[in-house]
Order: sequence, then C-alpha cells, then structure tokens
Amino acid sequence: MLEDLSCHILDIAENSAAADAETVTLLLEERRRENWLYLSVEDDGRGMDEERCARVYDPFFTTRTTRRVGLGIPFLRQAAEACDGELTLTSRLGEGTALRASFRLDHIDRPPVGDIAATLVTLLAGNPRIRWIYRHRVDDSEFLLDSQELLAVLEDPDMLRTPAVAEWLRSYIAENLEEIGAGGESIAQDQKS
Amino acid sequence: MPRIKSLEDLKKIKENAKDLTSARSEGKTRVVIGMGTCGIAAGARKVMDAVLAELEKRGLHDVTVETTGCIGMCQQEPLLDVIRAGQGRITYGKVEPEDVPRIIADHVVNGTIVQDKVIGRAD
Repeated sequence: MLEDLSCHILDIAENSAAADAETVTLLLEERRRENWLYLSVEDDGRGMDEERCARVYDPFFTTRTTRRVGLGIPFLRQAAEACDGELTLTSRLGEGTALRASFRLDHIDRPPVGDIAATLVTLLAGNPRIRWIYRHRVDDSEFLLDSQELLAVLEDPDMLRTPAVAEWLRSYIAENLEEIGAGGESIAQDQKS
Repeated sequence: MPRIKSLEDLKKIKENAKDLTSARSEGKTRVVIGMGTCGIAAGARKVMDAVLAELEKRGLHDVTVETTGCIGMCQQEPLLDVIRAGQGRITYGKVEPEDVPRIIADHVVNGTIVQDKVIGRAD
C-alpha cells in the first residue's frame, strides 16, 4: 500500500512517463464545501486498447516488458472505494490515458494529501523533458505549476535535474500550497488523532 | 511567514549555474533511483529527497539524478544505482535516507564503493 495521495500521484504519473507522454496534467481538487476530493492524471502517451484498459484493475496483470501497470492502479482503486469514491480509467490507443479517482473528503480512511512538493520534484527531475502541469484547487483557490514556465527561465531541461533547482522547486511548491491551505483537512485530522 | 519563492530566484540559480554547464561531459556520474510502485511503497521518494539535499549541501552540480521503473528486485527496494565513469553500474539495495550521505561521500565523491549495501554490479 502507498501511504498517501502524493505517493499515488507519483506512482500513476510514472506510468504516464513510461508510456512516453509528452504532456502530463495532474489535478488535485479539495472541494471542502461538497466534501469530495478528486484526483486525476491525464497523459498523451501511447494509451491502451479496450481489452488492456479493462485488465489493469486486476492486480495480477502486468506487462513485464513495458512495466506499464501492476499494483499501482489496484491500490489506488482500493483506497478510493474505501472512501465511498471510485476510480475510472479511460484510454485510447495512440492518444493517451486519463485516470480519475474520488474520495469522500472527511472519510476516516481517506489518505492524507502528503508531500506534493516531493512528488513534483521527483517527477520533474526524473523526467525533465515531459511537460508537467500540476493544478491544486482548494474550493476557489488554485495553485498552478507548469514546467514549461520553468523551462522558459531555465532553457535547458537538464537544469531540472540539478540539486539547486530541485531545492528551489521544493520550497516554491510548498509555500504556494500553504498559501491556498492545501491538505488542511488532513492536517486537522492528524492533530485530532 | 517566509517570502514566497519567485521565478526571479530561479533566474538567479540559472545565472549562477552558467559556469557549471562546462562540467557537463560524458564522464559525469549518474545516480538512478527506482521509482516503481514497489520503490515508492518502500520509501524511494525519501531517498530521492536525501540525494538531492546531500548533493546540494556538497555543491556537487555535475552529478545527475534520474529515476527508473521496477526492475524486478522489488524485495530489495529502495534501489539506488551509482554509475561512475570507469566503475560500471553499482546497485545498492534497501537504501535508507540515512545511508545516502555515506554513499555520496564514499562512492560518488571518492570512488570507494560502500560494500555492505551493494546487491549487484554491472559493467
């Protein structure tokens, strides 16, 4: 099992990178008024046909040669369903894949949001040539990170692999998420326990 | 409340790094961390954090950090490979964040392999 949502996002997004995506769009939406949390990962990678798409829910289905899937999606599905939510996967061969998961926000089993900054630093440093778009919404507040904007400054994608940029990115993301109160509910939950 | 980091700060990092681009060559050391589901579940992201922090602390800008998927040794995760010119690929297993400073200091900097954590090697 993966400990929090940020680990799930990292895991699912690694599938997108392995599928040769050029752009990956990540969304984490905390709709506190409606008491739902939505997570989605969309890519323009090689996609899957209907048959394979149906089989990735099976924990014992994996493609050893491409390492496209394995336990990651079943883990996330289990976590979502345990919180009255669901996981849906839509994919088109040659066009890309979209995964969406929902969680009842105040469900006792809802995993905490976790360390989003660490996940994004890992994704950007590990796959600097992919355009990463991360959107985090808390009701009406939003933080948007687009790696293309960072590259407009850095020019060379390999700069994303350098420790100095990684450290800047970690603080930049953490401070902006704090601004919009991201993960606040889960922090409150942790303090209660 | 600290001041929000801005893209201006990033520009400064970019400018300071200009003279480092000359250090980019084929002989560069690479650190590769397994970031499959198994690696993530075992704590690979914390190892990645520790590697980046240690490299930044030591000012080692000519080392690249990469990630890879599951390589089938899930029971040994988190896995960390160091590929240093002339030494081939050394794979370390069950790497904890606390092991990272030692691997960076002994192996990445000085070329001395940390034998007690090695689980594989390839040329």
